[in-house]
Amino acid sequence: MSEQILKGLRDRDPRGIARAISLVEENDPLADEILASLDDSLVDQAMVLGITGPPGAGKSTLTDRIISKYRSQGKRVGVIAVDPSSPLSGGAILGDRIRMMGHALDQDVVVRSMATRGRLGGLCAAAGAAVRILAGSGCSPIIIETVGVGQSEMDIIRLADITALVLAPGLGDDIQAMKAGLLEVADLLIVNKADCAGAETLAMDMESIAREGSGKEKDSAKVCMTVASEGKGIDDLLAAIETVDASHRESGERKARREKAYDLEVLDWAIEMIKPSIIKKIEEGGLDRKGDPRMQAVKLLEKE
Amino acid sequence: MPEQKTYRVLIGKPGLDGHDRGAKFLARALRDAGFEVVYTGIRRTPEEIAAAAVQEDVSAVGLSSLSGAHLRLFPAVVEALKNSGAGDIPVLGGGVIPDEDIGLLKDAGINEVFTPGTPVEQIIAAFRSACETQEARRT
Ligand SMILES: Nc1nc2c(ncn2[C@@H]2O[C@H](COP(=O)(O)OP(=O)(O)O)[C@@H](O)[C@H]2O)c(=O)[nH]1
Ligand SMILES: [Mg+2]
Repeated sequence: MSEQILKGLRDRDPRGIARAISLVEENDPLADEILASLDDSLVDQAMVLGITGPPGAGKSTLTDRIISKYRSQGKRVGVIAVDPSSPLSGGAILGDRIRMMGHALDQDVVVRSMATRGRLGGLCAAAGAAVRILAGSGCSPIIIETVGVGQSEMDIIRLADITALVLAPGLGDDIQAMKAGLLEVADLLIVNKADCAGAETLAMDMESIAREGSGKEKDSAKVCMTVASEGKGIDDLLAAIETVDASHRESGERKARREKAYDLEVLDWAIEMIKPSIIKKIEEGGLDRKGDPRMQAVKLLEKE
Repeated sequence: MPEQKTYRVLIGKPGLDGHDRGAKFLARALRDAGFEVVYTGIRRTPEEIAAAAVQEDVSAVGLSSLSGAHLRLFPAVVEALKNSGAGDIPVLGGGVIPDEDIGLLKDAGINEVFTPGTPVEQIIAAFRSACETQEARRT
């Protein structure tokens, strides 16, 4: 079984790639072997593009169009589409793929949907590993689509070499709240649904916020206007992505981000790995339940 | 506190009819029962559904059809999965399906068949059981 999956991965067989991602996501014993088998030079060179923004802004539709453009350049494209898990049931509906089904029969477009699973750690670990598996199978770029709300989604965007924030007119006030945090991490600002009323105003708004924003490269934060549903503005967007990528590679920003992401993933994996043993200890009834839970945790970790 | 296994399933709607109320209802019911549901939308070819099921590495595929073309479309998905080297992924189907077709569909490799009268708990139990069997087979 393990040989079969490793061979499938080497041969870029869709099933092998898909199984490998699952096994790593599930923290299977085979995960180490899978990740060690990847071609490092491909992983190092691949471009990872994060696309984030509020629900309904058009991220998946835009991703679909970006895929088409890169495919016309002969590139093999990977997509990790992250959707939130329901906090109540733990289940999730993963619907981003609907907008990308036009590429379903193209073996050089590898799309994987992933739920946040409300993990304490683990999401970055799982998504980071999935990105590398796709990169190792020859995908570049790899697009991570994620809804720009919540801490885990913000963390996951740190896995990207370049982050684009997608907004659209008419999405309501929650955008205001989102803007602050997301603008900080965004390298590119996209106003999608440029065919709708309010797009110009939103773009001007974002431009001024981007200019005000203190610190790094804010003057160059450019706003791209797109109509994803009609494929408009995608050429300009790709050119802007290329410019940012080239500048990040030259300035060392890309390397610095990858190092940060690496550390983040190590932390995430460590939390994932340590959790089961702690849960086991608690379940085995090792607690005397005296004093504050915090003290118990300290005691528990001392015994570790 | 023990972490329960989260199963991934795909819900697809092959064929030309554009009514996805049934498929969406099922997707939501499965989500509420703790499944991760990849939904592929309406008007998909059997080959597209199979390719998506492979890439998403789901443990089961659920199909919905209201158009009356289930006798052709459901087995076509089973066939497409086989052609993608994924004939082991169980396929379940539901929709407006006359009783006399149920046996035919099962003969064609459809794991379970649901009709508008099937209680949703029964559908969820069937998905869970199909996923468990598939998972056991893999390890
Ligand atoms: N008018 C208009 N609608 C769009 C545009 N891009 C996407 N949409 C629609 O917006 C809705 C949400 O798109 P989706 O890509 O799923 O958004 P996501 O939630 O950000 O991934 C869909 O109904 C799309 O068809 C656009 O440029 N203009
Ligand atoms: Mg989406």
